[in-house]
Amino acid sequence: LNTEASFDTKPFKLHKLEEGPSTSVTLSRQDALKYYKDMQMIRRMETAAGNLYKEKIIRGFCHLYSGQEACCVGMRASMRSYDAVITAYRAHGWTYMMGVDPAGVLSELTGRSTGCQRGKGGSMHMYIKNFYGGNGIVGAQQPLGAGVALALKYQGTDGVCLTLYGDGAANQGQLYEAMNIAQLWKLPVIFICENNGYGMGTSVDRASASTNYYTRGDYVPGIWVDGMDVLAVREATRFAIDHCATGKGPMVMEVVTYRYSGHSMSDPGTSYRSRDEIQEVRQTRDPITGFRERLLSTSLATAEELKDIDQEVRQVIEDAVKRAKADKEIGLEELTADISCNPIDTRVRGVTAFDTLTHRRLGPAVNNH
Amino acid sequence: AQLTVRDALNSAIDEEMERDERVFILGEEVAQYDGAYKISRGLWKKYGDKRVIDTPITEMGFAGIATGAAMGGLRPICEFMTWNFSMQAIDHVINSAAKTFYMSAGLVNVPIVFRGPNGAAAGVAAQHSQCFGAWYSHCPGLKVVAPYSAEDAKGLLKAAIRDPDPVVCLENEIMYGTAFDVSDEVLSKDFIVPIGKAKIERVGKHITLVAFSRAVATCLDAAKELSAIGIEAEVVNLRSLRPLDFDTVMESVKKTNHLVSVEHGWPQSGVGAEIVSRMVEGPGFYYLDAPPVRVTGADIPMPYAKTLEDNSLPQGKDVVRVVKKILNVQ
Repeated sequence: LNTEASFDTKPFKLHKLEEGPSTSVTLSRQDALKYYKDMQMIRRMETAAGNLYKEKIIRGFCHLYSGQEACCVGMRASMRSYDAVITAYRAHGWTYMMGVDPAGVLSELTGRSTGCQRGKGGSMHMYIKNFYGGNGIVGAQQPLGAGVALALKYQGTDGVCLTLYGDGAANQGQLYEAMNIAQLWKLPVIFICENNGYGMGTSVDRASASTNYYTRGDYVPGIWVDGMDVLAVREATRFAIDHCATGKGPMVMEVVTYRYSGHSMSDPGTSYRSRDEIQEVRQTRDPITGFRERLLSTSLATAEELKDIDQEVRQVIEDAVKRAKADKEIGLEELTADISCNPIDTRVRGVTAFDTLTHRRLGPAVNNH
Repeated sequence: AQLTVRDALNSAIDEEMERDERVFILGEEVAQYDGAYKISRGLWKKYGDKRVIDTPITEMGFAGIATGAAMGGLRPICEFMTWNFSMQAIDHVINSAAKTFYMSAGLVNVPIVFRGPNGAAAGVAAQHSQCFGAWYSHCPGLKVVAPYSAEDAKGLLKAAIRDPDPVVCLENEIMYGTAFDVSDEVLSKDFIVPIGKAKIERVGKHITLVAFSRAVATCLDAAKELSAIGIEAEVVNLRSLRPLDFDTVMESVKKTNHLVSVEHGWPQSGVGAEIVSRMVEGPGFYYLDAPPVRVTGADIPMPYAKTLEDNSLPQGKDVVRVVKKILNVQ
């Protein structure tokens, strides 16, 4: 077995940049196994979420990340412990990568007490240290991420905020408001467009007058990345973090990827695209299959080892599903918990004038100091 | 000593910036221009570019950035040049700021103050004359304060800046230049008006007038006129719209047995509608000797012409007329 191997990524496309990341990347065996395991974990977790949804145990919204695993795994690999992330509603993979275990994610999806938000947030509202959430409002996370970057800079760190959005949100006006301010104020924010080809059921060319999302920051430098290659994503992210952390201001990163599932669980995902298209991506560009082949062909791992990882992942997800089904929802005494950090009047009106409930404080309130 | 509402707000921001390095102000024209209404006058010179930040005219962008900065650990004061423009950014006030603490199960609190002039100014027509008291006080997760006097303005804004939750501060442009007598205590750097507590501005026994912001002045005018004919009105200055200090309103009505709410906002689903509802749907109903009544802005977009504008907003004489009717006095 090799302890290290080198690979070539697809060329990066650059906008307003003299130089880009190196297309020749080195991968250690240790990192290889980690990336493989993380991508498999997310894939399995999303499959489990889809099944729980079909069993009607998950309610409401549920947007799956299957097909896009290389994006968050590659980005996380280049992040430092104090860098921050904010993303859109397709948030399960990122929640896992930022430190919530699969049981914490799946239990949140089933609305149970051991979910990462105790079942109060659901699919689109998961948070942990340095992770400012999924966000259910398409485009709202873009200025919020720039604001987190402002805080990182103001506090004198060289931290960077990775601010993700889809190709759909790339047309929201507030993105351009945030980019303008970020460039003026040299905010350390990477605006990351995860271009998976469709905003709900509208293909990019039907929604965007320019589909070169990496150039759409105009005066903000941009980079185009193959989002199905975890190593390309990792290198581009390292490059972008370095750019932002050294005071050069924001950067745009377009990560071209694909989602296998529909937009959400109510979308079979086949009216606006063909089954053949999905099959073709699975067969030729799948981020996990492709990575697996690379590991085997360069002897960074054996087939046996990867099978063991698959088995371990399967077990973790099975256990997580069991817990997500078995756990209870939080009690009604928490209905009125943590509406405010400093609740001045602890009386909260219920559904009638005769139901006065009591506000409780439970969460740690990280900014309450 | 005398203190204008403008100087009260300015000193509140100045003192809190001095006290806490995390506090900063951003908005349109807050720095080099000294503030469109001069609330931030002198702060840029004193604190510099890092903490007094001019933004482009992009409310959704800078309100979102301010909210993100609060999530990231700072204490932003986000100035809307007027609250009318906050409609461009209302998603961040409600969805990003007000709801995050609950959605995150108490993990991410959002210590931000959104502030600026609210309500009708003079002669600025429909798009620039509107009260957002009902809009924002509707939403759980927000705190909403509406100062009337210089004392209110200083103490409430300081409390808002120190509060770990998002606070909406609805000021009033017409009141900015008004000077009030204030005590030494108000001038002190430790002066705070607690959020969620109303103030009895005038003690009376025949009827309770409840108002906030500039409408408190309307009520005080009316009370003076009523006093001349032997009617002593108690004037409750709400100071905060959320949490709403209904206990104080109730205690007053227990004494006066009559209630009138006065506001400059529109009638439907307004702050007065809330006060009247709370009074009649609970034990308060039995203390009333007459139906509770709302006095509000007329149910129309604000016209420009002076005579029309004057007749769109409640004045002292309107309150007097209503009180006489309720008390059955000729």
